[in-house]
Amino acid sequence: MTHEAMAGSMTAIPAGNLGVVTDVSSDKQTFQVPWGKAMMWIFLLSDTFIFSCFLISYMTVRISTTVPWPNPSEVFALSFGGEPIPLILIAIMTFVLITSSGTMALAVNFGYRKNKKVTVMLMLATALLGATFVSMQAFEWTKLIMEEGVRPWGNPMGAAQFGASFFMITGFHGMHVTAGVIYLSIIAYRVGSGFYDRKKGGNYETVEIAGLYWHFVDLVWVFIFAFFYLW
Amino acid sequence: MAYVAIADRDHEQHLHDPQSFVTKYIWSQDHKIIAIQYSLTAISVGLVALVLSLSMRLQLGFPDTFSFITPGEYYQAITMHGMIMVIYLLTALLLGGFGNYLIPLMCGARDMVFPYMNMLSYWVYLLSVFVLLSSFFISGGPTGAGWTLYPPQSVMPGTPGVGGGIVLMLISLVLFIVAFTMGGLNYVTTVLQARCRGMTMMRMPLAVWGIFTATVLGLLAFPALLVSGIMLLLDALAGTSFFAPAMLSMGEESRHAGGSPILFQHLFWFFGHPEVYIVALPAFGVISDLVAVHARKNIFGYRMMVWAILSIGVISFVVWAHHMYVSGMNPYFGFFFATTTLIIAIPTALKVYNWVLTLWRGNIHLTVPMLFVIGFIFTFINGGITGLFLGNVAVDMPLSDSYFIVGHFHMVMGVSPILVIFGSIYHWYPKMTGRMLDDRLGRIHFWCTLFGTYAIYLPMHYLGILGLPRRYYALGDTSFIPDSAQAMNAGISIAALFVALSQMIFLFNLAWSRKHGKPAGGNPWNATTLEWQTPQTPPVHGNWGKDLPVVYRWAYDYSVPGAAQDFIPQTMAPEDVPRDVGSTYDGREGAHA
Ligand code: HEM
Ligand SMILES: [Cu+2]
Repeated sequence: MTHEAMAGSMTAIPAGNLGVVTDVSSDKQTFQVPWGKAMMWIFLLSDTFIFSCFLISYMTVRISTTVPWPNPSEVFALSFGGEPIPLILIAIMTFVLITSSGTMALAVNFGYRKNKKVTVMLMLATALLGATFVSMQAFEWTKLIMEEGVRPWGNPMGAAQFGASFFMITGFHGMHVTAGVIYLSIIAYRVGSGFYDRKKGGNYETVEIAGLYWHFVDLVWVFIFAFFYLW
Repeated sequence: MAYVAIADRDHEQHLHDPQSFVTKYIWSQDHKIIAIQYSLTAISVGLVALVLSLSMRLQLGFPDTFSFITPGEYYQAITMHGMIMVIYLLTALLLGGFGNYLIPLMCGARDMVFPYMNMLSYWVYLLSVFVLLSSFFISGGPTGAGWTLYPPQSVMPGTPGVGGGIVLMLISLVLFIVAFTMGGLNYVTTVLQARCRGMTMMRMPLAVWGIFTATVLGLLAFPALLVSGIMLLLDALAGTSFFAPAMLSMGEESRHAGGSPILFQHLFWFFGHPEVYIVALPAFGVISDLVAVHARKNIFGYRMMVWAILSIGVISFVVWAHHMYVSGMNPYFGFFFATTTLIIAIPTALKVYNWVLTLWRGNIHLTVPMLFVIGFIFTFINGGITGLFLGNVAVDMPLSDSYFIVGHFHMVMGVSPILVIFGSIYHWYPKMTGRMLDDRLGRIHFWCTLFGTYAIYLPMHYLGILGLPRRYYALGDTSFIPDSAQAMNAGISIAALFVALSQMIFLFNLAWSRKHGKPAGGNPWNATTLEWQTPQTPPVHGNWGKDLPVVYRWAYDYSVPGAAQDFIPQTMAPEDVPRDVGSTYDGREGAHA
């Protein structure tokens, strides 16, 4: 059996939009990426819909509730030497998370150069920054619950939906970060232990896939920051 | 660096065939076993839903006769029946069952791209089923909120199962979504990335297109259900008020304030409408393949069919509020959603025309699968036409929440996909087991099911136009409903019992033919698609033996003029095609542009 006959019927790629269709629907792989990466992109698309639903729901209840919404810059202020500084903790948290995206990007880069040691170090640094973020979030939650009296079902400052949305959305995002920290640690361990070198044609592609997830979680935080804290 | 796909590696390299009984049939990563596990679980839980529907029909047909059905239990039965049928039976069977079985086989892959995750998908699904069913055994019983779970009533006292039932329902749904996501990511990636050589997307059988698009819809629509489920769970457990406004409930002020019930409806239907196409699209795809095989003719308008599937998928995300006309909305919104709803009927109708045109001048074999195909086309036209009524705001207002709705969605989402499922089980059972299902029993089963279901659902349209409200335990003294409505209700109930009983024929056939059916051989229907070309029947682990198949043509080379046989398998190279003496046909794939 020859493959030429089959190939012959496919070589003519029409110009214009039809060509795009022909290319995308062509032989075997639609996207020239590893399976894991394709799957991660699709998963993130699905996850985008989850976070969009959360944020849109939050905005809807914020608009439709009958009681005034607490002022985020007052609620999320920290006092240093008697002076309240609005949103300072959130600013630091955001900074930490964005920095971690930087270390992650470097890790991917060194992964492609197969620099095992630096890749592992950078991934662990990313995970550590992520863990720092989660700890600061835990601190923020504690402060809100213990000092400000914010509860899912109510708070002294205004609409009950404030606490409900806050705990739900930051909690869901925090779970993503926590999962990411565990995920990164496992991949870092595997890179370090030579797991990917032993595979045929060994490469550190998985580092990039983990990176996709991590950047996504950071990006989502930017939206939460903008819609929850700055609005 | 070139990426070596698992499918490209040698058979030995990739597959360590499972050895023990447990890894082979229970804790299995083989897509075919997982498909069968999904299907059997879905069918079993579907039988529970069937029994529930019978208890409702007994109550409706013969009120005051059956004292064991209380109003509360009636609501619980309605809720569990609807949710099980839509999610745990149809979605699980069409995607988890058919998707798992057909995608790798029809695309020429050895398995799903991530078999371990695929296996987990099944076990989490099974867990979600157990959580759901466990609500029958707790005090207070399952929730009676209706399958739409509208708050505030679903979380307020007075609705059955408000303590534990609703919580278990929501947890089970969350688990189902996790399971579906693990499976769905696999299906989509397999279709996109793991097809065998020569299998371009535009050569894929329409069954794969339908399942693929439905899975994408699922991955984008289930998030809305997940989010509304989490928020409702918080309302029920943590005292939040996302969906519950301030209310007086049973003489007491509720602890909720300021929530938005309409928000839930938007989230629910943003999921709910695509969900009807998650069920419909795989059915559309499968039926296209069955119709071509059993009419020995290429599917009419293949490309149009693909684009119709894709455009239905896109449009189905912008029609959801047609379920909310009576909830109240800005008239411009109503106009928008009515327009999109009617637009989606265009690609849908196009598909129906193409099925009929495929039959036209085909060589129709009235096999059991073909009977189900024809039954499906009729039923779907029926349900689609009532959909057009309901899509118009002014016509929908009086019909909404009446038995007309029940008639509509049972025709279009109940009977139609079920007929497809039956037809395709008759069609693929020989591949799955190596034996044919009994033909005579199949025919009896078909006619009983078809006439029985029409006897149930056609009268419901009439009852709805009379004004019979849906979800009522009993009619009582309602002056505008004539007494004859009750007689009709009794007739419907008898038909329902009859249909349920006739399914026993099918179950018996499934069990009996497993041992005693006629041996099927590898390709009993003379079909072209890859699953019929496997070296063994039933296909073994890895599907293709040592070499992956190579595809030379689209899936519908039936009755090609000049070819000696009336079908040319996708794996047959042009130069190998047996030709009629003196024909000029060169053996290439039929034109399908
Ligand atoms: C031409 C196509 C269709 C149109 C125009 C249409 C229109 C509608 C409308 C407007 C409603 C809401 C009625 C109301 O609650 O007042 C409805 C309900 C429903 N439709 Fe369709 N439909 C179509 C096809 C389908 C298909 C293909 C399915 C499933 C496979 C489906 C399943 C349902 C279900 C399950 C409901 C009831 C949901 C509930 O309230 O519990 N429909 N349809
Ligand atoms: Cu709809």
